Amino acid sequence: MTARAGMRGLKKQRRIQVIALAAAALVLATGMIGYAMRDGINYYRAPSEVVADPPAPTELFRIGGMVEDGSLIRGAGETVTFSVTDYGASVEVSYTGILPDLFAEGQGMVGLGRWQDGHFEAQQILAKHDESYMPKEVTESLKAQGYDPARDGGAAKE
Amino acid sequence: MLIELGHFALILGFAVAVVQSLVPLVGAHKGWRGWMALAEPAASTQFLLVGFSFVALTWAFVTSDFSVRLVVENSHSAKPLLYKISGVWGNHEGSMLLWLLILALFGACVAWFGTALPAALRARVLAVQGLIGVAFFAFILLTSNPFTRMLVAPFDGQDLNPLLQDPGLAFHPPFLYLGYVGLSTSFSFAVAALIEGRVDAAWARWVRPWTLAAWVFLTVGIALGSWWAYYELGWGGFWFWDPVENASFMPWLIATALLHSAIVTEKREALKSWTVLLAILGFGFSLLGTFLVRSGVITSVHAFATDPARGVFILAILAIFIGGALWLYAARAGRMEAKGVFSLVSRESGLVANNVLLVTAALVVFIGTLWPLFADIALDRVLSVGAPFFNAAFTPFFVALALILPPCGMLAWKRGRMGRALRACAPGLILAVAVMLLAFALQTGRSALGPLGLALGSWLIAGAALDLWARTGAGGWRRLFRLPGADWGKAVGHAGLGVTIIGIAGLLAWQEEDIRVARIGESWPIGGYTVTLDEVREGRGANYVTTMATMRVTREGREVAVLHPEKRVYPVAGMPTTEAGIQSGLFRDLYLVVGDAQDGGGWAVRSHIKPLAFWIWGGAILMALGGLLSLGDRRMRVGAAAKKAPRQPSPVAAE
Repeated sequence: MTARAGMRGLKKQRRIQVIALAAAALVLATGMIGYAMRDGINYYRAPSEVVADPPAPTELFRIGGMVEDGSLIRGAGETVTFSVTDYGASVEVSYTGILPDLFAEGQGMVGLGRWQDGHFEAQQILAKHDESYMPKEVTESLKAQGYDPARDGGAAKE
Repeated sequence: MLIELGHFALILGFAVAVVQSLVPLVGAHKGWRGWMALAEPAASTQFLLVGFSFVALTWAFVTSDFSVRLVVENSHSAKPLLYKISGVWGNHEGSMLLWLLILALFGACVAWFGTALPAALRARVLAVQGLIGVAFFAFILLTSNPFTRMLVAPFDGQDLNPLLQDPGLAFHPPFLYLGYVGLSTSFSFAVAALIEGRVDAAWARWVRPWTLAAWVFLTVGIALGSWWAYYELGWGGFWFWDPVENASFMPWLIATALLHSAIVTEKREALKSWTVLLAILGFGFSLLGTFLVRSGVITSVHAFATDPARGVFILAILAIFIGGALWLYAARAGRMEAKGVFSLVSRESGLVANNVLLVTAALVVFIGTLWPLFADIALDRVLSVGAPFFNAAFTPFFVALALILPPCGMLAWKRGRMGRALRACAPGLILAVAVMLLAFALQTGRSALGPLGLALGSWLIAGAALDLWARTGAGGWRRLFRLPGADWGKAVGHAGLGVTIIGIAGLLAWQEEDIRVARIGESWPIGGYTVTLDEVREGRGANYVTTMATMRVTREGREVAVLHPEKRVYPVAGMPTTEAGIQSGLFRDLYLVVGDAQDGGGWAVRSHIKPLAFWIWGGAILMALGGLLSLGDRRMRVGAAAKKAPRQPSPVAAE
């Protein structure tokens, strides 16, 4: 009888300890999530937002829009430059490296980088697996400028 | 004709699934044997019907039947046969059919190999499996019918996305789905146990092989995807913390936790309700992954042609199944009282710590993956969560997991002694410190990441070896090879984790990159090697045109490799791809990429040294191998296990 009661007490004690451990892990995780989010979050900005309110040169953010026709300069060294537009404003982008395969003029793009002396210095250009894919944010920012990619052509297909 | 038959078989299968989900459930409730027994032939029939339907679609792809819309959009007569076949699941509709086929396969396997299961439990498991089937039959038939015909059949197809024309990716989805959908079996077992209101050692012994099989497939599937991204996308990254990658990683983390907690349930009859909860969550994350990929709610490099209607449908399936299961869990979990008690220092406690760390890590990935969605809806800010977040918030949990693994894995069940386990691990600690010092001495002025990662990996590998050696007792070498498969599986799996950690740390700490414009004949140094661009020429492949470079790599005047990185253009799809030139070695990969031709002559070229890259996937293969070894254990053989079927906990667990 007492052995059984002792066992039950032990089980209860164990359960409390497990819950305490889980709670500690959760608190720790919340703390780390909060800490990591300071550096790990990148806001998305459309070209017209960037022009209206240029972000600080230290901020890592994403930009998205259409690659302007005739703006892509590919064969002039390691750095590639082009302009990205949401048909409200256009921003010059430079990128050192080799562009993803599906990158082309008149296509949607998303880049990650910083605002440096009046142009966007990209660290990364997102690649898509599918040529008919348009990033959701880009569709939204084009629509905000009164340009519907689905209706007016372009690469969007939903 | 065959296409219509395939479509018809799918509709028939739907009807069979409805019967399979209702009749055995009622039979089990009322205790009617005949009704319960219907589950097995229904599961077999359902599998055969979906199988026929899948064969019909595959046949349409193989024979390039361009009267079928799906074939037109995803195939081309000039494609090699392998990619015609992989084209079946290289698109949304076909991949859902594969999903369903695997779901039916797992159901049929429970029917075929589960003859020793208690009749009521088997009937309920198959009924739940059938119910999941009903949902996905409805999804395919209503929103994603693969058998739609064209009004006018074109002469040729529109090709498969050339990035996907690759052996790594041909086999990536089937493995991933085998893993995702395999977790449905654990889910069905969990829900059946909740309906019965009983979880015991026999139940856990049944669940574990299914979870283990699903986990092995998931491990291989994720590794294949990562390997493909590494060599095909052309910048040598192996993991991007992309939402869709996370979608496959979260079920993996939960399945790993489930594997370990099911051991406690099986051997000690403790953590029962927790194991059931993990089984529900594991499949829940699989469904969540399916939702994320198919609905396009989060921007990802993976893009199926997305469709909100499909997303809503999968979300409804997710809500009904997981919501229903959790509701059942809330109502019934109280009944699952643990039988075994354990001391604060014991193998059980070690496995609890493992579970807490794995599930917390999964939670971190979950929040990071869904945060953009939350921010968009609740905070009205468009943002993305990048790799720095995951590196900072996820890594500590895995480091902690790796640190505690060797001693905790050697603790005794019920009541252990930490001092003893630590003493047994001491040689591993010495080795790890030695490796760290060596790595520190060899590298020059760089971060501590590399040496620390190497030390952690060595700690795991040595710990696994010491554990295995301790198991032999006085038997020595002779006994080593007669140890049960589960012991070998545990050691090989844990060593695999160590190998992967070494690979990741080594690659991230010591990789080198060089981007430049090179003229023909020009040489440049990178990481002790010299790369020379010898030649660039145009050529033609089976269904593409190529610009192929010849690059020679030398080290101290000796030739190490001649590599041929390419840029290909697939005219039918109008898509270019980059084929990196890679020479894989045990300790480093050479990774060369050729880019655009330059106006003033020359070519943009990128060269990388990727140290220990091979170890990342080698470790994953070892982990999967560990799972297979465990599966091969005699005690895991389902028939033998169920015959014993102890309703009482085994008096003193053998280990």
